[in-house]
Amino acid sequence: MPDIRVRGFAGGIDSPNPFWLASAPPTNCGEQIMRAFDAGWGGAVWKTIGEPVTNVSSRYSATDWNGLRMMGFNNIELISDRSVEENLREMAEVKKRYPYHAVIASLMVASNREAWHEIVARAEDAGADGLELNFGCPHGMSERGMGSAVGQVPEYAEMITRWVKEKARKPVLVKLTPNITDIRAVARAAKRGGADGLSAINTINSITGIDLDTLVPRPDVDGKSSHGGYCGPAVKPIALNMVQQVMADPDSALPLSGIGGIETWRDAAEFMLLGCGTVQVCTAVMHYGYRIVEDMAEGLESWMRTKGFNCIEDFRGLSLNRVTEWKHLNLNYKIVARIDAAKCIGCDLCHIACWDGAHQCIHLDRSTGPINGPVELHATPAQNEAHTRSLIAVTPVSRRERTEASAPRGPYMTAIERIPRVDETECVGCNLCSLVCPVEQCITMVRVDAGVPAETWEERTKGAVCAPQPQRS
Amino acid sequence: MSLETLPDDPQLRERFSELKRSLTPQAATIEANRCLYCFDAPCTAACPTHIDVPGFIKRIASGNLRGSALRILDANILGGSCARACPVDILCEGACVMHKQGRHPIRIGQLQRHAMDFFHASGEDVKTAPRGLRQLHVACIGAGPASLACAAEICRRGARATIVERRPLPGGLNTYGVAEYKLRAAESLKEIDLIRRMGVEFRFGAGIESADDLRALESEFDFVFLGIGLGAMQQLSIPGEENEGVMNALELISGYKTGRIRELGGTVVVIGAGNTAIDAANAARRLGAETVYLLYRRGESDIPAFDFEYEHAKVEGVQFLWRRQPVAIRKDAHGTLLLDTVQVREVEHTLLPIPDSQYTIACHLVVPAIGQSPITDLMRDWCRIEVKDGRIETDRATGQTCNPRYFAGGDCANGGREVVDAVADGKRSALAMIKIAEAAYA
Repeated sequence: MPDIRVRGFAGGIDSPNPFWLASAPPTNCGEQIMRAFDAGWGGAVWKTIGEPVTNVSSRYSATDWNGLRMMGFNNIELISDRSVEENLREMAEVKKRYPYHAVIASLMVASNREAWHEIVARAEDAGADGLELNFGCPHGMSERGMGSAVGQVPEYAEMITRWVKEKARKPVLVKLTPNITDIRAVARAAKRGGADGLSAINTINSITGIDLDTLVPRPDVDGKSSHGGYCGPAVKPIALNMVQQVMADPDSALPLSGIGGIETWRDAAEFMLLGCGTVQVCTAVMHYGYRIVEDMAEGLESWMRTKGFNCIEDFRGLSLNRVTEWKHLNLNYKIVARIDAAKCIGCDLCHIACWDGAHQCIHLDRSTGPINGPVELHATPAQNEAHTRSLIAVTPVSRRERTEASAPRGPYMTAIERIPRVDETECVGCNLCSLVCPVEQCITMVRVDAGVPAETWEERTKGAVCAPQPQRS
Repeated sequence: MSLETLPDDPQLRERFSELKRSLTPQAATIEANRCLYCFDAPCTAACPTHIDVPGFIKRIASGNLRGSALRILDANILGGSCARACPVDILCEGACVMHKQGRHPIRIGQLQRHAMDFFHASGEDVKTAPRGLRQLHVACIGAGPASLACAAEICRRGARATIVERRPLPGGLNTYGVAEYKLRAAESLKEIDLIRRMGVEFRFGAGIESADDLRALESEFDFVFLGIGLGAMQQLSIPGEENEGVMNALELISGYKTGRIRELGGTVVVIGAGNTAIDAANAARRLGAETVYLLYRRGESDIPAFDFEYEHAKVEGVQFLWRRQPVAIRKDAHGTLLLDTVQVREVEHTLLPIPDSQYTIACHLVVPAIGQSPITDLMRDWCRIEVKDGRIETDRATGQTCNPRYFAGGDCANGGREVVDAVADGKRSALAMIKIAEAAYA
């Protein structure tokens, strides 16, 4: 059985698995965190502790997609609204009962050295296994000079990290805000300040939507709204990108706890492949509850077994160097789309997507005879549609008519005139058709031999003054 | 024309409660979001009126119900009744690509109804071109779906249309003939009121009784559209058919739909196994008949009714007597109706009675449902049109008959199909008439 335990993360944090709860409502109090550990979570970053706040209602809103709930989620909730004493008393209790789970104290206090020294000492006295500095909260706290107000200014972030490190004996993680032009600027500052690790990303500034009846953006607080932090499945690609940027930069790279839209073991594995040693989850738990961790752990183990990985370190970061600058990509790598006629259901989404959104090379010409070549040679989607609309259709009423109507026409389950065909001489291999196709493995991208050796843009333009496109013979 | 003509009967409503409940708004949104939004969609191609199905479904998904309904009405002015009465399994939903992935097809009929119900409840009108834009006046004979669609399309494009109908209510089979649990007469009339508001004129109680009636129409109108449906129901042609207690299926259906028949009891025998026979048999059950037999001269696998209709009849408790034919109808000394039947077998496409297989069913009502009679030669001569196999001969794309001033559509031209086929016929004729009138004007 693969071992998914975490040992010595960021210089000393252990946990039974890499799945931690992010600092958020699911880690509001000790009672919740103990239930989460019972459910299988390996660690928890306590809801940020600091001077208690007053929260507003409502606090959350979401972006639904095609009837699915909470593709994206945002909040304007501040840090803990409970006293430092209460939080730390409960933390001590949790650590006593769950000595082998990771309990991280997320901290946020006013930007002065004494305040930080004091809170660090108190959190460590309560038994915290590590400290996470909340330099990321994008709403409310930033207006008071904390949260992302610190995280957006590398000098502040470095300074506060240094203050904390002066006092801390436990590992210090700095949580990065994505609301900045280049996340590496603050990652480097944190590293300079002596941070032992990083957490990324915090939530993204957002307005999820506007109520079209009241005209008030969501979430509605007595007729007004505010910029909320965006998270959930929608932000995962952004988070992966930033995680990669940080981990690929030697001046930024530190042990990283990945955050951003993680809901399944697949998501977790992807963050780890880009270098994360642990992952943090919030929105998925707010949606479904702590129970989701069971499948995360089982699924990750099963995948590791299939791939022959014995521990997290066996695969951590393996995809990192597969991301490169564009100029290093092989310009002579050529793929084309192929449509499996036997699998095609005849939705013709690839046809319209290719014509309207790509390179006009998927045609409905199997029945009329394939023609390869530029766009002018082909019937347009509108012409195809007009032709269908001009046909007279009747209800097959008699038994004979019904049998005829339902009989397959041609060798495939879909009538041949509805199965699109790729003009491979024009296909640029963009992937769009395979992305819109609702049938698994119906459209595949197939490599074709370009007959020329690999060449990158950098190689092609080496020595050129203004990088011209070379003449093709 | 008003809805008051048909009193709201709670007993009828309860006994003929809707087969398919309307979708809740959220269920509609979820279902609409399942739609793949196929390009040049097979469901649209399969619909005789070519409703832009993905187009109206995406509008439901986005919450644009008004736009959705208008999209439907663009193609099919009777979108509301078609949503209820169409055999969607063999039309749009049968063509849905979801089948090919082993998934349940999109519930297109239910979604269409969702949009149409919203629109009809809103009381909004369909936009028409200014009346008089086109100098064309069309008479439509019969107020069934074909004529309604033809007349609506004529008015939508700024010309005039007048519907001539012998019955007191418009709608034809939509009002008088579709099973009440699918389409309520009141819903049909509500939909027709929308067509009236588009400017279609109606003359009720005006049958065509002679060639002179047609000459009068010819002198008043530019074109005549024949949407006259098929003739009366076929006779069984067996002794005793004139007995009281014999009532054809359409009489039974229109009888209960208009409140003339509220209750049945005892045993009812329906003869025939088409969709109308099934509607009549189900109606008899719901009206209180304890035993309903459906007598068919061939076997289960030969029945002309749609599969889902047959399945429905079984659920309603209709009992089927296969390969049995009626021979005579009698009355015994107590006045009980007796239906003599005989078992038959098919030998080289001929049904032969099996000796000693006589069986007599004592019953209260015999309901012949063996189809409607074809268009008569009388009509052919009056209109100077061609009739073949009991159907008016038309050009399929235009509905024009060999008499260029006459067009025809619906059952009288297609031999008896669905409401949606009638609508498509009527619409095509209207567009052809407009085109001819434009050409003449130019």
